[in-house]
Amino acid sequence: MRDTRRTRIVLAVLLLSAMTFIILDLRGGEGSLTDRMRSSAAAIFGPVERAAAAVVRPVSNFVDGVTSIGSNDERIAALEQENDSLQLQLRTSELDRNRARELDDLLKIAGLGRYRIVPAEVIAVGSERGFVRTVTVDAGSRDGITIDQTVLNGDGLVGRVTSVGPSTATILLLNDPSFAVGARLAGTMEIGAVRGQGREPLALEVLNPQAEVAVGDALVTLGSRDGRPFVPGVPIGEVYRVAATPGALTRTALVRPYVDFTTLSLVGIVVQPPRRDPRDSVLPSPPAPSPAPSTSTSPSPSPGTSTSPSPSP
Amino acid sequence: MTFTRIMLNVAVAVTAVVLQLTVVNPLDLPGGGPDLPLLGLVGLALVQGPITGAVTGFAIGLMLDVVPPADGAIGQWALVLCLVGYVTGLVGPDVRGSALRVVALVAGLSAVEVLAYAAIGLIFGAPGVTGPAVLEATLGTVGYDVLLAPFVVPPLMALARRVESDPMWA
Repeated sequence: MRDTRRTRIVLAVLLLSAMTFIILDLRGGEGSLTDRMRSSAAAIFGPVERAAAAVVRPVSNFVDGVTSIGSNDERIAALEQENDSLQLQLRTSELDRNRARELDDLLKIAGLGRYRIVPAEVIAVGSERGFVRTVTVDAGSRDGITIDQTVLNGDGLVGRVTSVGPSTATILLLNDPSFAVGARLAGTMEIGAVRGQGREPLALEVLNPQAEVAVGDALVTLGSRDGRPFVPGVPIGEVYRVAATPGALTRTALVRPYVDFTTLSLVGIVVQPPRRDPRDSVLPSPPAPSPAPSTSTSPSPSPGTSTSPSPSP
Repeated sequence: MTFTRIMLNVAVAVTAVVLQLTVVNPLDLPGGGPDLPLLGLVGLALVQGPITGAVTGFAIGLMLDVVPPADGAIGQWALVLCLVGYVTGLVGPDVRGSALRVVALVAGLSAVEVLAYAAIGLIFGAPGVTGPAVLEATLGTVGYDVLLAPFVVPPLMALARRVESDPMWA
């Protein structure tokens, strides 16, 4: 253990193997050694992560709900206990309601765009120290997930599938700096590219330098050939600042994504693209288009989007 | 001794990596929050010496490289954590006596780890490695690791020492 010569040999061997791995991985290719390492790791650790996520969720919920019981009076203790259990019930029912709402939103957006989706839950998140933004979800090749499928949630585009294990899949998020997606301005139909910038908002480049880009313009995905990696019509975000770039070949703007990447939990993976481009019919409805009389007491006036006729191609 | 040591290190490595991915990272703390694999590695390598430190670091790093949702080049974390384990093992006899020195070592290694990983990423052209991102990751990691080190490293050192010396475990 203290033999420095032996120690150095071991260290040198390990460092060389690490570098070999890096170079092999950068050369990449289907079925390469590193590719196989990744897929076996997904097969082994996918179930472990699923189990860990399943354990962690109720436990953290429970810790949140239970307050300390330290009273000298038994009656107070009993009441507090009852209170705690009721609070816990309330909190879990709230959690259930939230999840039901997320699922509702997801189904609505899938219905509007006629995407066929597989719902999945985020079970693991990549570290910021890795300088990439990725998450793992609990659906994999067994559920029909393959590489380069579009991932969305009730708000809009989340990312695309980059690798798949038997029961898990890894998603590259829209705000990753290596992420790029073709986009269409919903109003003017101008096309451009949206790039992720980490914690910063997304960057939009519109191909036509004369295009009118205004704050508040909504963006949807342009769609790729055969819907891979992107199906058309998924809401991406809203322009919130337009850069003045006189003389540049493209117009640039900053875009705020619809999806909140810090609270990602339920997502949908599009396993079958729509037959027709849904254009911008999937975009969130603009806030209060007509001031309705406020006499109605029903809690959720339906926006009526489900009754609108299907968009023309 | 060797077998129980391997069992201990495998258990610590798997636990640290899985907890990091499923519990710590979803909290979305600035800089990625505390680095449990690094803390686990330091706790073990301080007692077990440079060779075991380097091998354990390599193994933990390789796990971080391949376990989903990892997306960097395979071998990147292995390279960095192998060095971290080696250095920890080398300075172990001088450091492990004082809690203050252990925390200082954790702070230094956390910074070195993030910067070294970023440097490798930069060489191979990873688009996410930018000045502000590196700064945030370094400061965040060092801060959270220093806060958490007193609760994680000493118990692990005690456990490793016990496995090393107790004839019942041998």
